[in-house]
Amino acid sequence: MQPTDPGITWLEEKPLGLAERLYLPLFLQGLTTTARHLVSPKVTVSFPEQRPTVGNPLIYRGVHRLNRDDEGRVKCVACFLCATACPAHCIDIVATESPWPDREKYPEAFQIDELRCIFCGMCEEACPVDAIELTSLLDLTGKSREEMVFDKEKLLSVYDMTKDTEPMKSAALGGAL
Amino acid sequence: MTSLLPSPTTLAALIKIGLLVGGLMTAAAYLVLVERWMAAWVQDRKGPNRVGIPLTKIRLFGLGQPLADGLKIILKEDFTPRHVDKVLYVAAPLVLLAASLAIFAAIPFGSVLPPLGIPGLPDPVPFLVAPGLDVGVLWVFALSSIAVYGVLLGGWASNNKYGFLGGVRSSAQLVAYEIPLGLGLLGVVLAAGSLRLDVIMNAQAETGIWYIFAQPLGFIVFLVASFAEAARLPFDLPEAEQELVGGYHTEYSGIKLLLFLVSEFLHMVTAAFLIVIMFLGGWHLWGVTGSGQEVTWLGAFLRFAVLSSKIFGVILFFMLVRWSWPRFRFDQLMTLAWKVMLPLGLANLVTVATIEEFRPQLSEAVGPATAGWIALLIPWGVFFVGWITAGLLTPSGTDNTPIRTYGPLDVEHDLVEV
Repeated sequence: MQPTDPGITWLEEKPLGLAERLYLPLFLQGLTTTARHLVSPKVTVSFPEQRPTVGNPLIYRGVHRLNRDDEGRVKCVACFLCATACPAHCIDIVATESPWPDREKYPEAFQIDELRCIFCGMCEEACPVDAIELTSLLDLTGKSREEMVFDKEKLLSVYDMTKDTEPMKSAALGGAL
Repeated sequence: MTSLLPSPTTLAALIKIGLLVGGLMTAAAYLVLVERWMAAWVQDRKGPNRVGIPLTKIRLFGLGQPLADGLKIILKEDFTPRHVDKVLYVAAPLVLLAASLAIFAAIPFGSVLPPLGIPGLPDPVPFLVAPGLDVGVLWVFALSSIAVYGVLLGGWASNNKYGFLGGVRSSAQLVAYEIPLGLGLLGVVLAAGSLRLDVIMNAQAETGIWYIFAQPLGFIVFLVASFAEAARLPFDLPEAEQELVGGYHTEYSGIKLLLFLVSEFLHMVTAAFLIVIMFLGGWHLWGVTGSGQEVTWLGAFLRFAVLSSKIFGVILFFMLVRWSWPRFRFDQLMTLAWKVMLPLGLANLVTVATIEEFRPQLSEAVGPATAGWIALLIPWGVFFVGWITAGLLTPSGTDNTPIRTYGPLDVEHDLVEV
């Protein structure tokens, strides 16, 4: 880009007034700002004792869960759209023939490597049946790498754990399912 | 056998050295914590508040943090890069720390003790490691100049361009600001008539007029210059992290880095000591500490407490300023030193010298009370006139418009356009 580019607007600095040239008024102004912040309420959340408040759980991207339908079965139809959309390749699905008449396939195994996951929410976006969702659970810890690979049962248990506090998003957002 | 024992004077000096060095090192460690707290509070955070007594769950508002900080940095690997000049590399932090600590030999940290009556020990015992050092101020100055060597050696020995640039910047800055520092100090020395810091304090206590009231311009010049000498923001160019990685201590790690950082804090403490002793009345506070040389134990303690709290207040001001002001550009720094602080310091010096010269005649002519008022008001007049003149005459130093240059490719581009 040239300095003469018409897209650039060159602003001339305003000339300094007497108070600004004397420096002291500006200094006092800065010092009062600092002093005000020194005593103002702090924004820090002392984490283990205090829990941060999640603003809107509907748009928060925390730990995944696999939703259940009304009969308690996994909603997933093993279409692989989430695994395809996943930029971190952390979703691993083994599909098999469904024992139920309302769908052709269901996931025999469904694994999410929470350590590889970047919590972008693309899987949630991609899912055609609103089976995979991100909850507002934010303290995801484990003692080994293996423990951090969540299988189907674990993901379903996350649903069981959070379904009362966080209803399925499809309903809250006015979805059909 | 008795001849082998140290004399009471030596023993007293050793005790004072022990107290001072121990106190200073502890103070430096805890000032790091205070600095971190201030930094956090100014940024609306809470700051370190977890570390308490080790192996328990008692937190004590994070007062164990300095211990943890110190242990962490001591236990770190003391890595010496292969490309450094080994001797100077090791010498630099030692020179810096030795100079920063030795300064305190001439700095009083209180008034005097009540008479102890120990044979062989002259009473009263002053709070000063080297009592009666007639060139106290010169000692402080000489050693703070030696501290520059530590910085410069560190930068040079590192054999690293960031370290070298930091060292060179530092030496340029310190040399430039020694002059306004000296000018601010010279006014006080002229007024007090002594180079001894304890005498300077006593002079302020006797008249009750601190030199900040008698020499406002000198105070401002000295304050700004001591910020620069301590390399605190807004004058922390020697180690401007954003530009120079770490400045002169880029290549240092472990305990050598710790020595550098402690020395830096000691510089700030020295600056605070000098500001308080020379301009803020030292241990004197109207109606609390008295002004004579005879003290009770309570009086001695009160004076020590007043001096310490004043110093702590100045240090807090140092820390608050750090988060209030952006760093100067290097040319602005030099402009401030040579075009603003130097003339202002000279103006202050001339004013003080004139007042002190004609004070006896003035007293005779109009009476001591009126003369005292005149001697107070003239410096304030000079202060306002000098300050406004400096503000109006100096380049504002905020011209940041980029210089619009054209590279070879740009010219080609323009030709095509034409």
